[in-house]
Amino acid sequence: MSISAARTFFDKVWDEHVIADLGDNAFLLQADRLLLHDVTGSVVMRELTAAGHQADSPRQAFGIIDHLLVTKPQAAPRDGWTPVAVQMISEARHGAQRLGIELIDIQDARMGITHVIAPELGIALPGLTVVCGDSHTCTLGGIGALGWGIGTSEGTHVLATGTLVESRPRTMRVRFEGELGPCVSAKDMILALIGQMGAGAGTGYAVEFAGAAVRALSVEARMTLCNMAVEFSAKYGFVAPDAKVFDYLKGREYAPKGALWDQAVAHWESLRTDQGAVFDLEVVLDVSTLAPQVTWGTSPHHVADVTAQVPVPQDAADPPSRALAQRAIDYQQLSAGTPLQDVRLDVAYIGTCTNARLSDLRLAADFLRGKKVAPHVTAICIPGSATVKREAEAEGLHQVFIDAGFEWHDPGCGFCGSGKGRLQDVRIISTSNRNFENRQGVRTRTHLASPLTVAASAVAGHIADARRFAD
Amino acid sequence: MEAFTTYTGLAAPLLRASIDTDQIIPTRFLARLSEEGLGEGLFAQWRLLPDGTPNTGFILNRTPWDQAGVLVAGPHFGCGSSREAAPRALRQCGFRAVIAPSFGDIFYNNCFRNGIAPVRLDAGAMERLAQLLEPGGQACAMDLTVDLEHNLVRVPSTGESFPFTAPALLRRMLLEGLDEIALTRTHSGAIDDFRARDRERRGWAYL
Repeated sequence: MSISAARTFFDKVWDEHVIADLGDNAFLLQADRLLLHDVTGSVVMRELTAAGHQADSPRQAFGIIDHLLVTKPQAAPRDGWTPVAVQMISEARHGAQRLGIELIDIQDARMGITHVIAPELGIALPGLTVVCGDSHTCTLGGIGALGWGIGTSEGTHVLATGTLVESRPRTMRVRFEGELGPCVSAKDMILALIGQMGAGAGTGYAVEFAGAAVRALSVEARMTLCNMAVEFSAKYGFVAPDAKVFDYLKGREYAPKGALWDQAVAHWESLRTDQGAVFDLEVVLDVSTLAPQVTWGTSPHHVADVTAQVPVPQDAADPPSRALAQRAIDYQQLSAGTPLQDVRLDVAYIGTCTNARLSDLRLAADFLRGKKVAPHVTAICIPGSATVKREAEAEGLHQVFIDAGFEWHDPGCGFCGSGKGRLQDVRIISTSNRNFENRQGVRTRTHLASPLTVAASAVAGHIADARRFAD
Repeated sequence: MEAFTTYTGLAAPLLRASIDTDQIIPTRFLARLSEEGLGEGLFAQWRLLPDGTPNTGFILNRTPWDQAGVLVAGPHFGCGSSREAAPRALRQCGFRAVIAPSFGDIFYNNCFRNGIAPVRLDAGAMERLAQLLEPGGQACAMDLTVDLEHNLVRVPSTGESFPFTAPALLRRMLLEGLDEIALTRTHSGAIDDFRARDRERRGWAYL
């Protein structure tokens, strides 16, 4: 056997999707699933029809309403804050019907955020290529799918042909070794990686997350980890699937059944990275001393231990980084040297495709039980899907959130979708994935953190270290 | 698809790092029933003051850069959201090329499909362009030529030129304005053969 016979998970999945080698590192790939959400998917369906095409494989595509809907109960019709949102959702419905695509609509018991429900329903499976006009499609790497974000034109191409043209990326393996300490989670792992290597370090790479600390993560936590691969600038991030993933998927609506299931599992097991497979880049991080992480600036690499201070821009590595750090500190209305735990908050938000799964809500609720949100803080929890919400309510978690002073919402993309119209000129600690300027509303200042750190901060009224609340 | 061969136009320096697609066009401009008018959202948060009036300090609001056709940006331009509205908004506002040391991968791909040449230049070339376009930190009006046929950025006023590379297929699609769907359909035999084999091997992948 030659050395080149040892292949990575990515190599195997890529190779089995290649329809044609188009030369110079470009390939025509089979697209196993296309997810069409109400913002970008509606445009894809519109442009497909305008160009006179039909859907090539409509059964492989799913329409999902998640971005434009209203999550706050009774705040507005669930169909959208604005007339144009209502019209765009309506357009998605008509488009899906016209093209023969199943639509998971607002009233559907299975509805929710695309990246939350695709694994919940078994639409995404290990080793499948799953594309969507949404950069956080990499979330699906948590179950060992190869998911990535594409543009509208690429989406139209996928809908028309069931294929897409893609350049083969380089491969990186990030091994998280050691055991996580108390109050530290997958969110802290990925923020720490981005902080250490930079938000651009994953550009051009497909990243496999591996190592003891990743194997120890639940399937849901792996989705959190992979969700932020794109904040590391890696279009693809994934964990090779194992028994935890197979247990998670077994029996889900679109997962294979019976003999086909057994055949699938055998295949998925064979996708694991071979011993001796070579990556273009290997990175190792020891997580055993990792502290809870929180961002201070406007790029995900503007991150620090929760116990640290807002950094001094002059300490940044080069002039552009210094300029960016200074601009971020100004935008965030902070001062260099201020302890992060002195930063007072207006809003605490648990939700989004990063951290709105049942295990996230349990972690936060366990902390919040018997505690109250600080009076000046507006605290909001938006479950990731109707299934998450139902299961949380069956456990009484909603009552814990409500008793603590949280708003308990209906599922959706919240402040990453049209919900952001609600927030302006406020400081938010958030379980989401982007701290960009204005990302969660006009002049909002976002601090990214884990669900536990957000819960602790909501109670404290300022950025807080959940470990300090421990007995 | 709109073709691009060579373009010469005024270059606007926007050299800060990590300009993400939420800055290029905020989410609130994405809910719309037509892609016409996306240009109104281009850099909306920077172009407009809180009271809605134009921010005269922002380079793209200043004469002559309000007519710029080449954007020269810092590293990691177009990172973040996959929204194709970002290159579309740039194109609708007259931009034909974006030059930067690095790009977000999805944005980079999207440019080729919207008549915009995304050009990656090395650090030395970017430093020289910054000297030319922002001497002493003040923007200086200057044309740049992006020549995709010869993979060169030229500075007409000095005669300098800087080479770049682009993925061969995307480059050809942009140069010739090819319809990507029609191009893929020339492979329909290969697609059918692949699927016939693949259904045997990965039956669960087909719903």
